[in-house]
Amino acid sequence: MYILPEIIIAASALAIIIADLISRKPVIITTIAIVGIAASLIAACTSTVTFEPVFDGMLFIDGWSRLLKVLLLVVAGSVVIASTDYHARLKHSWAEFHALVLFSLLGMMLMPSAGNLISAFIAIEITSISFFVMVGMLKTPLSSEASLKMMLTGGIAAAVMLYGMAFIFGSTGSTSLAEIALSSQPDFSSGLLLGALLLLAGLLFEAGAVPFHMWLPDAYEGAPTPVTMYLSAGSKLAGIAVIARVFSMGLNNPGGLGADWGMAVAVISALTMTLGNVLALQQSNIKRLLAYSGIVHTGYMLIAVATIGLGGQVSGDEKLFFYMASFALAEIAVFTAVIVITRQIGSDRIEDLAGLARRSPLLFAIMSIGIFSLMGLPLTAGFMAKLFIFTSAVDNGLLWLMIIAVLNTVISAYYYLRIIRVMWLGKPSDGSALSLPKAPGLISIFSALGILLLGIAPYLLLKLAENIIFIP
Amino acid sequence: MGILSITIFLPAAGALLLSVLPGKNARIPRAVALAVTFLTLVLSCVLFASYDRSLGGFQFVDALSWIPAINSSYHVGLDGLSLSLVTLTSLLAVIAVLASRHITSQPKAFFAWLLLLQSCIIGVFSSLDLLLFFIFWELEVVPLYFLISTWGSNRKERSAIKYVLYTLFGSAFMLAGIVALYFTTGTFSLPELYNTDFAMLANGIPLAAMFFLLLAGFAVKLPIFPFHTWLPDTYSDAPTAGSIMLAGALSKMGGYGIARICLGLFPDTAASFSSLFMGLAVVNIIYGGAIALRQKEIKRIIAYSSFSHMGFVLLGIFSLNEIGLTGAALQMVSHGLIIGLLFAGAAILVKRTGTSRIDEMGGLARQMPVLCGLVFVAAIGAMGVPSSSGFVAEVSVYLGAFSASAEAAKIITIISLVGILLAASYMLNMVMKVFFGPVRESFASLPDIGSVEKLYLGVLATGIFTVGLYPQLITTVLKPAIKGLAVLWGG
Repeated sequence: MYILPEIIIAASALAIIIADLISRKPVIITTIAIVGIAASLIAACTSTVTFEPVFDGMLFIDGWSRLLKVLLLVVAGSVVIASTDYHARLKHSWAEFHALVLFSLLGMMLMPSAGNLISAFIAIEITSISFFVMVGMLKTPLSSEASLKMMLTGGIAAAVMLYGMAFIFGSTGSTSLAEIALSSQPDFSSGLLLGALLLLAGLLFEAGAVPFHMWLPDAYEGAPTPVTMYLSAGSKLAGIAVIARVFSMGLNNPGGLGADWGMAVAVISALTMTLGNVLALQQSNIKRLLAYSGIVHTGYMLIAVATIGLGGQVSGDEKLFFYMASFALAEIAVFTAVIVITRQIGSDRIEDLAGLARRSPLLFAIMSIGIFSLMGLPLTAGFMAKLFIFTSAVDNGLLWLMIIAVLNTVISAYYYLRIIRVMWLGKPSDGSALSLPKAPGLISIFSALGILLLGIAPYLLLKLAENIIFIP
Repeated sequence: MGILSITIFLPAAGALLLSVLPGKNARIPRAVALAVTFLTLVLSCVLFASYDRSLGGFQFVDALSWIPAINSSYHVGLDGLSLSLVTLTSLLAVIAVLASRHITSQPKAFFAWLLLLQSCIIGVFSSLDLLLFFIFWELEVVPLYFLISTWGSNRKERSAIKYVLYTLFGSAFMLAGIVALYFTTGTFSLPELYNTDFAMLANGIPLAAMFFLLLAGFAVKLPIFPFHTWLPDTYSDAPTAGSIMLAGALSKMGGYGIARICLGLFPDTAASFSSLFMGLAVVNIIYGGAIALRQKEIKRIIAYSSFSHMGFVLLGIFSLNEIGLTGAALQMVSHGLIIGLLFAGAAILVKRTGTSRIDEMGGLARQMPVLCGLVFVAAIGAMGVPSSSGFVAEVSVYLGAFSASAEAAKIITIISLVGILLAASYMLNMVMKVFFGPVRESFASLPDIGSVEKLYLGVLATGIFTVGLYPQLITTVLKPAIKGLAVLWGG
């Protein structure tokens, strides 16, 4: 059963909808979601993988897709657990929220597995449409505006993507990645290149790269915070994983197409991290700040995507996966802490985090570890992730991009340290202690420990990822 | 796990212990910090004493495979150059703890950060793997950021962020250089890199580019003009312990890095740019000295004097000969002792008089004769008066620079002699305004320093004379390391 993990997720989503008709107890809904995710996780870890495409070439169930599935399942599980702390604001649509988390998870799990442009498109749309609803779930003006904005830009992106797919189909006569790769060698038409670039534009929307990033800060700010966490640690990564998949499998011929889009991605990566950083400097809302910081990290991850193109790799990349995992850990730690903190202080402005170090040393430690990892400080996973990506950039002749990237990490230090400074030095307006509930506390502490573990012993995960991706 | 690794991580373990220590008593963290730093000092002295001078090379080596994917390992070891700096750092850490007795707000956090800082600095000096080196180098900003921004004075938050951004800016280039070097040679290991002929491996990234990328990080830290603008704010706004560690130990990381990495790996590039750096060194010496002369605040005078004295280190290093390099290394140790004494003394003065301006002090020699005498010892050292450590160091630097083969070396050396005059002027001016002149009514009842202050300032003063009168104490350890370096340029 190649798609057992996906089937379990779909079944759990349906079970939640049915359970909601019978009982409205939130505990039942949460339990079904967690059990479903756990079962799917076991299935994903134990399922067979093959390097051959399955289902008539529609899906690849290989090491890369398995790794991503496991990562996305962990992220979704964390979102479900963290959202228990957000129950007060979501209780009217608790079951819908959980069902949509699972439906979008289904889409995201299929994204890196796509073996065909059609299946890629369907997977992306399952994810996007679920998110349109989840982002607007608070039904406040801010939330609804975010949802509408995301839907409009998302619709345009989908149209552009389809247009690109049409060009690719027109040039090669196929939508299957394997056949596209075969028929485009060694020469390729300019129609194929145009199609590839249009497709790239559509996919970059999902990942939140410049210049398709406009929806992102508004969506992050307006959405319920668990959804923000999910957008950042989930759909962003799935978006990048699908780029890596489609482009490395279908459009990476030795004739030079890989070098073309690789260079395009490198340029976009440089723009993304620089613009994201500049815009982040002025933010006063923690969720907006994290949105821009997420844009910057998209830029870093695109470096790895660019090296896949320039290096002519026909598979995923263990360094990219390491980056994704460490980024996801940092986002889980930070966002879970943000959910817990904002519920108690009733504000998501950075200045209201003042004195967190005194109000809850534990939450302060978790936030700091997460932020230091995003900043890329040594001994955190973020540093090792950046280092791996930078070395492979230099390996592929992208020394210039690496220098831009390291300078960007310096700029980013300014706003990350601002958060730390407020939390550490700020005088709280209300000195009462903040509590950390058990369930969110557990995942945030685990992810903080994971960050430190990967920062000290990165080889554990890197070697594992390499083995899973490249050894059948 | 050898004795060196224990020395590196002992302070960090102490920091960890402090962070989980219960209770709000201020005495216990201080006692723990003192015990840990003292133990580290003992270990460093053991290392210093047991280093085999006749054998030379890297000793006390610990090597463990760490990230095989990029061929990086946990690889530490010491030679004479790093050994003397590790010992200096350990000594200054004890002094820094003793000088922080008045810290009452969050003492646990303060001493934990201080201990962590010490681990990072010792780690930098001990690393034989460039990635490990970078990690310690970069990690050091975190404790310092918290130390300055929380326990500093004046515009402490601004100074802290300024320091961090400057450092990260420099180290960003350094990381680029390290990665470029790794890409060229396939290794991070310094001993392996020393045995690699780079000319054979040229692959598109010019050696000079790597040289300058790596140098950027060190240039900010030393600092080399014009990357010094963070220095006066940071040095003067940092808490006393921070200033002592910054000026005493951290600035040495810059000089050490240049000698160990830039010179050791790129001798030819260093030779072709040696005139440039000798020129910059003179700018450091004279420009720093001239600004120090114009300062009104005691901590800023000391900060600029430090900037000026680091010029001697740079001058000695880029002499590219044995005597110059020995002078640079001696100057690093000597300056660490002098600047530690000056900052610790200045902190006592500022605290007791309630002002930091030297023209508002005056006549303090009568109330505090012992402090006056001890600060005067440091001033003597800074001026390079014979029998002080500053003298041997600066004379060696001048001798080395004068005989350097770089273009215009002789002229540069002669110009830099002005530095001695400047140092004498600002130091004597400071001592005169603070300690002599009419006695002020408001200070009439100030007591002299207590026995603990006498002890730690006295230790530094003794150190200054010991190195001045018996430089062989350090030069014998330095000799094999410096010889190995100097041989790269034929002697």
